[in-house]
Amino acid sequence: MTERITKSMAKNIYYGGGIFALMIFIALTFDTVQQIPERSNEVDMTPSVVAGKKLWEDNNCVGCHTLIGEGAYYAPELMNVFQRRGGSDEAVFKAYMKGWMAVQPIEIPNRRKMPQFNLTDNQVDNLSDFLIWTSKVDANEWPPTIEG
Amino acid sequence: MKYSSQMVAKPYFIFALILLAGEILFGLLMAIQYVYGDFLFPLIPFNVLRMVHTNLLIVLILFGFMGATYYLIPEETESELWSPKLAIVTFWVFLVAGVTTILGYLFVPYAHLTELTFNNLLPTMGREFLEQPLPTKVGIVLVVLSYLLNTGMTILKGRRTVITTVLMTGLIGLAFFFLFAFYVPDNLIMDKFFWWFTVHLWVEATWELIMGAILAFVLIKVTGVDREHIDKWLYLIIAMTMVSGILGTGHHFFYMGAPEYWLWIGSISSAVEPLPFLLMVLFAFTMSRERKIQHDNEMALTWAKGTAVMAFIGAGVWGFFHTLAPVNMFTHGTQLTAAHGHLSFYGAYIMIIFTIISYAMPILRGRPHGNCAKAQKVELTSFWMMNIGMMGLTLALSAAGIVQILDQRVGTELIGFMESQESIAGIYMVRGGFGLLVFIGLMTYFSSFFIKEEAK
Ligand code: HEC
Ligand code: HEM
Ligand code: HEM
Ligand SMILES: [Fe+2]
Repeated sequence: MTERITKSMAKNIYYGGGIFALMIFIALTFDTVQQIPERSNEVDMTPSVVAGKKLWEDNNCVGCHTLIGEGAYYAPELMNVFQRRGGSDEAVFKAYMKGWMAVQPIEIPNRRKMPQFNLTDNQVDNLSDFLIWTSKVDANEWPPTIEG
Repeated sequence: MKYSSQMVAKPYFIFALILLAGEILFGLLMAIQYVYGDFLFPLIPFNVLRMVHTNLLIVLILFGFMGATYYLIPEETESELWSPKLAIVTFWVFLVAGVTTILGYLFVPYAHLTELTFNNLLPTMGREFLEQPLPTKVGIVLVVLSYLLNTGMTILKGRRTVITTVLMTGLIGLAFFFLFAFYVPDNLIMDKFFWWFTVHLWVEATWELIMGAILAFVLIKVTGVDREHIDKWLYLIIAMTMVSGILGTGHHFFYMGAPEYWLWIGSISSAVEPLPFLLMVLFAFTMSRERKIQHDNEMALTWAKGTAVMAFIGAGVWGFFHTLAPVNMFTHGTQLTAAHGHLSFYGAYIMIIFTIISYAMPILRGRPHGNCAKAQKVELTSFWMMNIGMMGLTLALSAAGIVQILDQRVGTELIGFMESQESIAGIYMVRGGFGLLVFIGLMTYFSSFFIKEEAK
């Protein structure tokens, strides 16, 4: 197969194909950036949601959990924890989160542990708001089930 | 060794190998914590172990790439390295920055580390693979700039070959796409979208160019096949990389908030991504068959063929398993992802580093014909131990992934994440066993360095 392809042909496919692919990629990037605010309900991104994202990062929650399928695989997916543990009710979920964050680590021998982060109630509310906001992102019907 | 400045590659190679040992050690600790949650807790929580594991991986690959570059660039350009002194200074800067960062992860609680390192000024931390504090990220930029400068200046003053051009393109891409690590928008979805510009466009575009260039260099040296022929292959491989890999980024945009069209574009483009890896296999085996010389360093060629094959299996085959959108719906973010992540990183980027080290290190140590037969035999044993270990680890994780998907995502009788994980504990132990084999394999490899040359 490679006999019929010359070095300069291969070189042209590299430059031509590479630049062509890059152009399409850049164009689609612009379009995606236009669409993300609507798909993610950016209007609902309150200061509390933004603060929650910062707390999510500062405590490296993604080092154990996945969020929308990305992260680590040691602990449950959290995109739909609002539905799973809060029954899609904000007050219920916030109360659940306060309880959950306060009791960590749960002393069951040899069960995987989540650390105690010593967050204030306000901070936990920020995290809850962030997770509630995340749960409403249009991720093309993902996750497939409530178990994440 | 034709050029004395090639010598600067040596510390880079040695340190890369030491970091690899550390990486695998932390992998083993995680494997234990996976099934015994109290192990090391709360001393070192899982996220910290994981950060150390993956950051060591990235840093060791960068060290390996730099060592490889400083070794091959003088020979390719037929001139001494522009500034060996800069290369050595950069080595120490990177070493100190790397070690300090790891110690920071281990001894300072992460939230506190973010405060200490100005993360509130420019938040960049707490994202997978890009957990490094701001000073470390800036340090990486400086190190990479120095690396680019040194390589670029050497190429400018010397002979230009296809290998140097491809390598340089890859390096510029590596540097450029790392800049996205500094862009952290408040909108999580936007953040995730651009996060992949660093992560995917590294491993499936720019690094692949670097890998191709290193592979081509070693193949020229150990097979003696003429350059024209090698060049054509190299162009073909990287052409396929570019055509598939750039738009292939779309396989990460299926289910994270990006528009629907990525379901199609990502699936179709990334379905072609195994092709460059398949070409690398054909490349390595064709060159080996058509070789003009019988190099005494047989292990170098073994590693070269090995990296092509394992990269094809890990990236090409395991990547293809979950790269079509309807499949990814179920596999996204499961142990199958981890299975693929392990074999692809190992097969492509760890093994290419073994390849260049296996070729260059004996020469740097004054053995132009490679290590003695006995040392090569030990090295061959370690080659198989590590490959079988990684393959076993990958198969175990794949089995774990399938169980996890059946438990949590298919049918009506679903069980929760933690319950499912408990049911997989046995498989995780098997994973740990294979991981141990990888570690012993690496120690065996190290021991091959200390086998004395037979008296001639
Ligand atoms: C060291 C690992 C680790 C880190 C870091 C971590 N978690 Fe967890 N998390 C876990 C584990 C393990 C579980 C499951 C615990 C159990 O079921 O006993 C869990 C469970 C949860 C749950 C309940 C999920 C469910 O479906 O039941 C929530 C909510 C949660 N974590 C939030 C967070 C947040 C927010 C952060 C960051 C501030 C965080 N976690 C950081 C390990 C971690
Ligand atoms: C050279 C060999 C290795 C490489 C290149 C490697 C690479 C990686 C990568 C890329 C990740 C992130 C995976 C992802 O996000 O999908 C990871 C995570 C991990 N690795 Fe390794 N690894 C190696 C060896 C090992 C070994 C020997 C073990 C243990 C037996 C191990 C255990 C783990 C664990 C437990 C995780 C965390 C998975 C999770 O998030 O739950 N690794 N490794
Ligand atoms: C050497 C090259 C490659 C390396 C090092 C690599 C590494 C990785 C890693 C570490 C991840 C996990 C990222 C995360 O933590 O979320 C990943 C995800 C993924 N990779 Fe690769 N990969 C390579 C090539 C490929 C190829 C060629 C394909 C397709 C044919 C592919 C398809 C995928 C897909 C679809 C995912 C997303 C998995 C998910 O949805 O959870 N990869 N890759
Ligand atoms: Fe990818």
